[in-house]
Amino acid sequence: MSNSSAVLEEETAAMPQTAGILGGIQGRTDDALPAWFADQQRAAWTQFQSLPMPARTDQAWRFSNLAALDLSPYSAVGPVSEADGREILERSTGLDQISGRLVFADDHILERDVLSEKLRKTGVIFQPLERAMIEHEDLLRRHFMSQPAKLGSAKFAALHEAFVRSGIFLYVPRGVEVELPFETFHWLHAENAAIFPHTLVVADELSKVTLVENFRCTDRQRPGFACGVNDLIVGAGAKVTYVCAQDWSDRTVSFQINATAVARDAAAINLHLALGGKFSRMESLSRLTGEGARSDMLAVAVVADNQEFDARTLQDHVSPRTASDLLFKNALHDRGRTTFGGLIRVEPHAHFTDAYQKVRNLLLSDDAEANSMPGLEILADNVRCTHGATSGQLDEDEMFYFLARGIPAPIARQLLVGGFLYEVLERLPDRVLIEKLESLIATKFRAS
Amino acid sequence: MVTENKTLDIERNIGNFFYPETHTHDAGIGLSEKTIHYISDVKQDPDWVREFRLNALRTFLSKPMPTHWASKDLEAIHFDKIRYYLSGGTQPKRSWEEVPEDVKRTFERLGIPEQERKFLAGVEAQFDSEAVYSNIKKAVGEQGVIFVGSAEGLKNHPEIFRKWFGKVIPTGDNKFSALNSAVFSGGSFIYVPPGVKVKHPLQAYFRINAENFGQFERTLIIADEGSEVMYMEGCTAPKFNTATLHSAVVELVALKGAKIQYITVQNWSNNVFNLVTKRGLAHEEAEVKWIDCNIGSRLTMKYPGVVMRGRKARGEVISIALAGDGQHQDTGAKMIHAADETTSNIISKSISIGTGRATYRGLVHVPKHLKHCKNNTECDALLINANSRTDTYPAITVRGTGNAVQHEASVSQVSADQIFYMQQRGLTEAQAMSLSVNGFVNDLVRQFPMEYSVELKRLIELEMEGSVG
Repeated sequence: MSNSSAVLEEETAAMPQTAGILGGIQGRTDDALPAWFADQQRAAWTQFQSLPMPARTDQAWRFSNLAALDLSPYSAVGPVSEADGREILERSTGLDQISGRLVFADDHILERDVLSEKLRKTGVIFQPLERAMIEHEDLLRRHFMSQPAKLGSAKFAALHEAFVRSGIFLYVPRGVEVELPFETFHWLHAENAAIFPHTLVVADELSKVTLVENFRCTDRQRPGFACGVNDLIVGAGAKVTYVCAQDWSDRTVSFQINATAVARDAAAINLHLALGGKFSRMESLSRLTGEGARSDMLAVAVVADNQEFDARTLQDHVSPRTASDLLFKNALHDRGRTTFGGLIRVEPHAHFTDAYQKVRNLLLSDDAEANSMPGLEILADNVRCTHGATSGQLDEDEMFYFLARGIPAPIARQLLVGGFLYEVLERLPDRVLIEKLESLIATKFRAS
Repeated sequence: MVTENKTLDIERNIGNFFYPETHTHDAGIGLSEKTIHYISDVKQDPDWVREFRLNALRTFLSKPMPTHWASKDLEAIHFDKIRYYLSGGTQPKRSWEEVPEDVKRTFERLGIPEQERKFLAGVEAQFDSEAVYSNIKKAVGEQGVIFVGSAEGLKNHPEIFRKWFGKVIPTGDNKFSALNSAVFSGGSFIYVPPGVKVKHPLQAYFRINAENFGQFERTLIIADEGSEVMYMEGCTAPKFNTATLHSAVVELVALKGAKIQYITVQNWSNNVFNLVTKRGLAHEEAEVKWIDCNIGSRLTMKYPGVVMRGRKARGEVISIALAGDGQHQDTGAKMIHAADETTSNIISKSISIGTGRATYRGLVHVPKHLKHCKNNTECDALLINANSRTDTYPAITVRGTGNAVQHEASVSQVSADQIFYMQQRGLTEAQAMSLSVNGFVNDLVRQFPMEYSVELKRLIELEMEGSVG
């Protein structure tokens, strides 16, 4: 890695198309960005350089395929052409009824769906990050990258912070309940493009909001790199539902680093759907900081070919009388590989914690491999903490039942796998959303 | 919760005492090639053993401490300040009258026979062990069973010993197995001929004077086709302070259809680092079962394993850990499935008292293209006080279809309702607590041989004293 770029010079106006991300952030000038932000990016770049790459002996990277982490091919790229932009917008099909929508391609904004007058009047903010950092500097400075990446990817969080240039900021004021979900699309388009989508959701006291993010690619064969961070700040008594539906190309390497802070009597639901990508790593941290807080952490992954899904989670019970419930399900085809490393941590004095963690792997091929590391660290008594991990295959009796009724094996298998995964989806409070995710999963089955 | 805000004060000093050191052979302090040569000279090792030790020393020195995953407390071990070999003249010189009252009381409470008490108190190193040992030896010897010290084993039975020695646990397996391979002395060597079912459990206890309780013992048990044997080591009584580092290696080989049960009760004094590597190799239709109970020591790191190499082999680990104030019981199990239709079972129960920390660390590995392998893991943890700690760190890898693995763990505290119920019926809070804890481990304790399970129950009662009230 070249360190010459540590010294920054801001003279180049346009970003060179070929500047690899490992070359540093010089030349990345965006006059519109405030100075505090530019300073923070420089500091983050220095930090990225000083942190070591993950090694085999790191517990947070046990079972991970470190060979996937070569970042040298990727570069931050310019905006897509107008024609491509139009096509991408056409393909950005999501939910029918939404509160607002933002579409990005290669980290450049394509479309912003304006908020209704009614929503705007309530004080709801839903805008691109780069605009929010000017218009809502106070909120941004307080919350942007304020939560540490504790689960192994501190280096990649620093990389994100150094390179992030767009993303979304969603703010819901006290007591405002937004019924319809907000929706975003982040597209990877150019070959070897690197994107750094950032999501910051701040839900003030007693508010309620749902955000659905779609991560997609325009070409299934094209390599790319995505390093996203999504932080959810859930104020006292607020309810936040966050869905990340990821369907990268078969040659994408991606990180999605999440931190959710749940305050007193608040509830967060976090669902991560992983369908695409060569190597996808997700890190999810729920900190339960106030009494009565609750976090539901959900994930569904379908891996095929040589895909690898690497999930690390932490349920951090800081305050007494908090609850967390994690349910991850993986369906593994071909030579697919999944790793789950989860930890429930009950801090001293966090009594009356109720924590649950369950990971289930469904192996559908002889070459698939599932690794599970469900962990507990309990430093308080008077708690109820349970975890379970299972790995198995389709029930032969159930298959037989389908076959006996004339349903062909591939369809029977798909129905059974769908049923297996549905148990996670149905934890979402929104019927329409569940159906949307189901259809995304079905598309993957049709493809394979 | 009834026990909240109460710190636990276990009298862990009960039974901790020293006997004067008058050793004829002493390798001195620190570890170097000189130490190895000294040990090899004294023990009159054959050349291959000397070479084996020297190689192991190099491996030991080159390996880093496993602190990237293990407790940082390991850094408190000063390898240059340890005596690696002592022997001879260990006859302690003290009279029963000199034994402290509380120690005698502990023995009394545990119901240890008079003769054994004297031995444990360091009054009489021999007690009756030689006689009992030779009786056992005679009885099993008639069946062709070899039951000797590991030094004798490698000298007199090299053809069996060498074939398996260091094969189940290679020197480089981990830093501490390398250390043991360099400086090992003591331990048992057992060979059970084909089809022989050993009726008596073989106990290391009976050959205590044969330096079995050494720091670096090395045990190798081979059960030939269709044979069965049960081995027991340790004892429930608190043990005198011998050294601060205990690092044993135990290898078990169960050939086709053989069964080995290995029972350990560990109760080292609470300044001892107990870092032990134990692994069994189960061939076709063979069964290796570890029953492991850890009560003493400052830090125990022990994960008995079974490599199931033959079809239908079976591995089992039953583990009980009791972590009192200042103790860390880092225990668990390793199950390596390496053949079709192999099954393994892990049941672990831990109790954390006061500032004690109990950790379960497990590894289950089902590699590719195996059919019909099954693993079941259950670990339950009980927390007694508000400042107690427990951790669970399993790692499970499953490849391919046709295998089923399940893992379950739960953490809970003693039910306040139960305690209340028992107090209603006239039990003191402490008695109720003790009864609850005994109930928690009861189904596992029952798997121990009768006399052990009785002692274990008493020991748990003893440990629970003062945890409440």
